[in-house]
Amino acid sequence: MSDALEVLDQVGKWKAAGKGVAIATVITTWGSSPRPVGSQLGVDDSGAMVGSVSGGCIEGAVVKEALASIADGKPRLLDFGVTDEQAWDVGLACGGKVQVFVEKVN
Amino acid sequence: MKSETLAALQEARSKRQAVVLATRLEDAAEALIYLDRAVGELSADTAVVTAARRAIAIGRSDTVELGGQKIFLNVYVPPARLIIVGAVHIAQSLAPMASLLDFDVTVIDPRRAFATDARFPGVKVLQEWADEAFEKIGLDVSTAVVTLTHDPKLDDPALEAALKSDVFYIGALGSKRTHAKRKDRLAEVGISEDQFARIHGPVGLNIGAKSPAEIAVSILGQIIEVRARRLEALAAPKAAAA
Repeated sequence: MSDALEVLDQVGKWKAAGKGVAIATVITTWGSSPRPVGSQLGVDDSGAMVGSVSGGCIEGAVVKEALASIADGKPRLLDFGVTDEQAWDVGLACGGKVQVFVEKVN
Repeated sequence: MKSETLAALQEARSKRQAVVLATRLEDAAEALIYLDRAVGELSADTAVVTAARRAIAIGRSDTVELGGQKIFLNVYVPPARLIIVGAVHIAQSLAPMASLLDFDVTVIDPRRAFATDARFPGVKVLQEWADEAFEKIGLDVSTAVVTLTHDPKLDDPALEAALKSDVFYIGALGSKRTHAKRKDRLAEVGISEDQFARIHGPVGLNIGAKSPAEIAVSILGQIIEVRARRLEALAAPKAAAA
């Protein structure tokens, strides 16, 4: 929970400073995923991050999608895991699977 | 997420209110569901509101499928509280570590020399008797109480008051021998064997802790374990009863 508060606070500050902001949230996990459901990553339009949605394995890809969401305003549902074709790039080393929801803060 | 939703989540947090943010994944439509009300686009959907209240009860965020729609329920519950009785050396390690774990920490000690803000930066310190302080604070199911004074006249009234509440964890510092004597004393004020069994004593996980900081780790490890098992049992009541 403490990271949830930290993310909300930082996202609020970014918003107040007039930045474009998106929040990514772990919404489903299978197997041994590093962060539980509800874990969040806040991203601003410069790519700065707060919080986490994994042990660092997928944050890079999530930030890319968050920036796209800030640009077009549309939410995104992302799947990551060993069976994913992105596995070579951003797969979870631990072998788990996670689904991440990315949305812009309007 | 709407900016107003973000502000409402922060407000709920500061007021220690539990709330669920329900989000329809298809289009990011939202609702905030509190224990006594629901607001937002999805708030008229009784299935969403019912599922959200259950998620609050078990303290677990989840994605659910309701009427063909995927809804993510993100649970924001107020932080658990840790009340430390005895502003002693161990408390000086326990308080900051517990804060790091997002506990809302209060240290209570009627002794002026111990209960100083200088010894506990960033933590609430009450220079009062524990049972009197408890009445003001209000013990609840999201509260843990740990007594550290080693002094029966400070620890015992605190334990007696904690045992009459539904706090999720009670721990008392002291050896097995000390704990046995404590049991006898509390029996004299009407605490039954079953009630006494709620107290974790000697406090903490048995990890060979020696220094104040190590003992703080062992206490927090035990509190985390007790809380996690309790939430697991709430999430699967049948398995727990078996």
